[in-house]
Amino acid sequence: MYGKKVKLRVLFLFLVITTLVLSIYLILKSLEENVVYFLSPTEIRNLAEIKEEKIRIGGMVKNQSIIINSNEINFIITDLKNEINVSYSGSIPNLFSEGKGVVAEGYLRDRNFLSATKILAKHDENYMPPEVKEALGDK
Amino acid sequence: MLANQIGYYSLILGLISSIIIIPISLKNYPQNNETINRKIISLSFFQFFFVLVSFIGLVFSFINSDFGNETVYNNSHTTKPLFYKISGTWGNHEGSLLLWLLVLTFFIFLFLVKSKSQPKKYRILTLLFQQIIIIGFFIFVLKTSNPFNYLFPTPKEGLGLNPILQDPALAIHPPILYLGFVGSSVVFSSSLAAVVQGYISKSWANHIKIWILISWFFLTIGILLGSIWAYYELGWGGFWFWDPVENVSLMPWLSLTALLHCILVLEKKTILTSWTITLSISTFVLSVSGTFLVRSGILNSVHTFANDPERGLFILFFLFFLIFLALIVFFVFHKNGNHETVKINFLSKETSILINNWFMMYFLSVVLIGTLYPIFLEVLTNEKISVGPPFYNKLILPFLVPFLIFMTFVPYLRWIKSEYNKIKIDIILLFILSFIVSFLLFKQFGFESLMISILIPFTFYLFLITAKDLLSKNKKNFSQKVSHFGFSFLVLSILLNSIFSSEIIINLKEGETFSFQGGAIKFHSLEENNGKNYKSIIGNFEIYDDKNQSIKLMPELRIYNQPSIVTSEADIKTTLFYDKFLVMNSVKNNEYFNVRYQLKSFMIWIWISTLILALGGFLSFTKRLYEK
Repeated sequence: MYGKKVKLRVLFLFLVITTLVLSIYLILKSLEENVVYFLSPTEIRNLAEIKEEKIRIGGMVKNQSIIINSNEINFIITDLKNEINVSYSGSIPNLFSEGKGVVAEGYLRDRNFLSATKILAKHDENYMPPEVKEALGDK
Repeated sequence: MLANQIGYYSLILGLISSIIIIPISLKNYPQNNETINRKIISLSFFQFFFVLVSFIGLVFSFINSDFGNETVYNNSHTTKPLFYKISGTWGNHEGSLLLWLLVLTFFIFLFLVKSKSQPKKYRILTLLFQQIIIIGFFIFVLKTSNPFNYLFPTPKEGLGLNPILQDPALAIHPPILYLGFVGSSVVFSSSLAAVVQGYISKSWANHIKIWILISWFFLTIGILLGSIWAYYELGWGGFWFWDPVENVSLMPWLSLTALLHCILVLEKKTILTSWTITLSISTFVLSVSGTFLVRSGILNSVHTFANDPERGLFILFFLFFLIFLALIVFFVFHKNGNHETVKINFLSKETSILINNWFMMYFLSVVLIGTLYPIFLEVLTNEKISVGPPFYNKLILPFLVPFLIFMTFVPYLRWIKSEYNKIKIDIILLFILSFIVSFLLFKQFGFESLMISILIPFTFYLFLITAKDLLSKNKKNFSQKVSHFGFSFLVLSILLNSIFSSEIIINLKEGETFSFQGGAIKFHSLEENNGKNYKSIIGNFEIYDDKNQSIKLMPELRIYNQPSIVTSEADIKTTLFYDKFLVMNSVKNNEYFNVRYQLKSFMIWIWISTLILALGGFLSFTKRLYEK
């Protein structure tokens, strides 16, 4: 009925489309499972429920809040409206200091407490997290 | 001041050259002689010369610390060492775009000089397409990011260069990376020109391959330099973090690697023409998007620097214009009719290169979606998310297994059709050997992840096969063998690195010792020291291993005076099999220092194998020059 060439083309097209659909499905599926949501302390205060997922919290390190001992660092992240306590053991970036922007990644224990697994700070001394900027602008 | 003015006017002369080149080229285009008007080549040279003068003008302003220039004021300081005054020229947005422009004009001039054997119309069209890109960048530089803006009154002192950029690897990282990015612009223009002329053919493939090789080589080296820098300067102690800024350089690399393989097919047979053009376009588009994403501040990345939305908008607009132009050219002019009708057997080099391309495109889409999805989500729903290493590992690792298996036998296939009855005994022996070695490793150490346990034997196998190939007497395709060996070595080093590395993070006071399983860290004392534009605090550490042998490591904290930033310089002792990496941080002037000690296995082999990978491209490039 159809030539060999046409059959080959159809087969090729079929293969391309299936692999395309499959890989996009795969990528989106793992995206769902592996994204980390980024929240501000205020958003955490307003959370309906606390999930066991990993999250990121952005804000400013509150002045006079860093307490350090041999295996832990405790500090408070604030967006100038709400605050959250963070406890962390691990390495800290250079630009981590009081009054500067910070991003902490970890697991929420309750609405006031994050047990962090990673701390990130921006590599620019003038950087302010957008949440803090907004909060400052609101005032 | 003078250097500044010369720089500015020279830049405008460069733009004027473009405006003159275009009508002359259009006039020369329909004429039936086979040589390009000499004027066009001289004008192209002058354009390059003007941009060069402008660039040197900026370098001089930086060297002389002319703070009447806004760019210099924002990014330099009198106490900065000379080397970083010079590298500061392209360590900022304005200067780096001027560098883009410099390479753009240089490459098109080089193209005109080196393509004398090609048809005239094709050369002129390439020049015209390239001039469109060049004009776009001229307007961009002059309108939104002029490096020669005046400041009045002239400030006495500049703001200084971000100290983490004051580093030898990062000083040469942008120029090298740009050579790669901009090289792909020549490939882009030339493929569009070839489409219009119906010149997508074996001889075109043969001629454009050299440009693909150039971009590929520089892009690879550029990424490597950035990676080495992140390893020791950021103190993260790794070589790749799936950070969006890294991803945007990896995407053009993947696309270019696919193109490099594809062009080999086109060199032999006139097939896959549409696909080759698509790849040429996408490589350049990805390169420009990379610049756009990094410079606009859209990326939610841990190492985005200061940025400006207006510039982002311009590049975005320009990007859409280029894509639109490319699509129009592609659909109006591209004819699929001049294909050679050949039967393609399933076991041939063509099919295997298609499979290679399939994998490359898959890896590319994973990285693309992982990088862009957070941006779209934020625009659409205002939710902020980040996509981390688990996503990439989960999607890429499983597909590496079939990819590696393909790589072990594909280079042996012939064009069109291969026989598969000649399986040699030594290949089977190597296969068995790699499984035995992996099994022994597994028994000794026990791997945690199933995926890695599966990957290890196949990686070993590929490593042995490519090594055997490299050492064989047959020197055909030598550069390909070098690159493939480099690649398998790289994958092997990365795997071993991920299995055998360990780290300890602890807060220590001066004089304290921390013991852990298999060793101890002793923090002896602190010293102070003065550098040219910073003060440093040096920690004296001693690391004991399980045999009670010790090494001294002296990580450093640098407190730069302008801008006042603290950076930490890791101290790394490199040996053949592992790096001992120690970095310290002070917190709030507390007596406790945050200390991170890492044992990173096979780090040096990750760098060396990437160099070997790039070397393959370089060899192929020089061989072609030699043959001519």
